[in-house]
Amino acid sequence: MIWNESIECMNREGIRALQGKRLVETVERVYHNVKFYRNKMQDLGLEPGDIKDIDDLYKLPFTTKDDLRENYPFGLFSVPMSEVVRVHASSGTTGKPTVVGYTRKDLSTWSEVVARTLTCAGIQKHDRIQIAYGYGLFTGGLGVHYGSEKVGATVIPISGGNTAKQIQLMQDFESTAIACTPSYALYLAEALEEQGIDPETLNIKVGIFGAEPWTENMRKEIESKLKIKAIDIYGLSEIIGPGVSSECEAQDGLHIFEDHFIPEVVDTNTLNPLGYGEKGELVFTTVTKEALPILRYRTRDLTILKDEVCSCGRTMVRMEKCTGRSDDMLIIRGVNIFPSQIESVLLEISETKPHYLLIVERINNLDTLEVWVEVDGVFFSDEIKKLEFLTKKITHAIESALGIGVKVKLVEPKTIERSEGKAKRVVDKRII
Amino acid sequence: MIIKQLSIFLENKSGRLTEVTKTLGDHNINITALSVADTSEYGILRLIVSDPEKAVIVLKENGFSVSLTDVICIVVPHKPGALNKALNVFSTEKISIEYMYAFEMNGKASVIMKVTDIFESIEILKKRELELLKASDAYMV
Ligand SMILES: [Zn+2]
Repeated sequence: MIWNESIECMNREGIRALQGKRLVETVERVYHNVKFYRNKMQDLGLEPGDIKDIDDLYKLPFTTKDDLRENYPFGLFSVPMSEVVRVHASSGTTGKPTVVGYTRKDLSTWSEVVARTLTCAGIQKHDRIQIAYGYGLFTGGLGVHYGSEKVGATVIPISGGNTAKQIQLMQDFESTAIACTPSYALYLAEALEEQGIDPETLNIKVGIFGAEPWTENMRKEIESKLKIKAIDIYGLSEIIGPGVSSECEAQDGLHIFEDHFIPEVVDTNTLNPLGYGEKGELVFTTVTKEALPILRYRTRDLTILKDEVCSCGRTMVRMEKCTGRSDDMLIIRGVNIFPSQIESVLLEISETKPHYLLIVERINNLDTLEVWVEVDGVFFSDEIKKLEFLTKKITHAIESALGIGVKVKLVEPKTIERSEGKAKRVVDKRII
Repeated sequence: MIIKQLSIFLENKSGRLTEVTKTLGDHNINITALSVADTSEYGILRLIVSDPEKAVIVLKENGFSVSLTDVICIVVPHKPGALNKALNVFSTEKISIEYMYAFEMNGKASVIMKVTDIFESIEILKKRELELLKASDAYMV
């Protein structure tokens, strides 16, 4: 099954022509409506007329997460707020979150691309989909929700967590599909095992998993433990949310819905465009978004693009599963975390700049974050109750800044290895 | 009367305590009294040594988190009820004790204490005729 066959199986020339036309319209719109892009283009000596087709894409300026933060909250919107019917925001957080907006048409585009995603995974109107992504400012829950309704599936909007209830509803409502993070899927599998529930007795046949990197090995584990097909989906709020790309049942790369999002892969150092088959940083330009059109957004995800037609018949360019990043961002239980966020929390607590190390592990299929803080100078007290108070204070401050639970561990000075004056800040022990 | 106690932060991993004692031994610093307060992940080693200022320098050089804390030491006769009598003074005078540990010296029990207001406490304890150990004596045991 293909949701929108005329688009998803269009020939390459047709897609490129459509992208070119939409790109020209987008550039025209942002030049006139978004001061940030007008300034950036003027700095490059560019006028909207210089962008004539898809081949001119590389002339355009890049957009980064910092650009979104600096224009917080609505500075990059290209329509008046009266046209914006929904906003979402990233969970990341010291300082300012990344805010994204949607017009009514954007929401309909979003539902369309999620509907394609679900159809890619074999989910149809007779399915019952349990949405265990978080609802709220995070785009996962609501994004998948409206796409599922568009497909006509029965939505079970349970949101994240509450494993006992997840299992109960899987049984009672006879859910046939689940949407959550891959690590939560493994957690569910173990919970089922502990309760002695054979996954074969459930009706789940497919899961759509995203919001964090995962490997082929993890897929094998999920598929064998839950007895389902595990489909990788990809999306980021800056582009639209879930629905940017999705694996089909062939599980051989993720189809990018490129009539809405033009993908590029660039060299991480030179930022020069790379060809199909070459690994680099994934960059997206949205060409149908109204509220927040984005030119050449640097995702920091590393991948390879391929343009061969898939065995499913879809012609859309595919991207390989993302497993690496070009920056130090960590994705922990679906939340984006930069070490610098933790650093600024620690700076607010103490007079001195503390040395810290982030230890990320996957324990029982759930990601854990341990923050090691060196006890030195003003941090040190000869009384345990004071050190314990300090530990609690740091824990609370980090948890409220990041929105996820952490374990703070006090360590001796110089525990954290310094190299060339720069300390290594992250030890990621997860095998992904 | 004010005794400088070394406080050292130690993670609970093997060999750390040995490194402290080795460092002190190598620099000819003698340990008079010792206590360890610990949690599941770390401990605080508290020491009275012959040369606290020097000990801080050499331990810092060896990468330890160390500080000096002001404590007092009361001397009580080594006989039943003696400590209780001394502690009664603390409770009637409302001097709160953060922590304490004891060692033996010349047949008398010596109790190191961290109290909240050290100067005021010393005045009170002197008035109540409790025997306080001089710093120089504590270092020289
Ligand atoms: Zn396919």
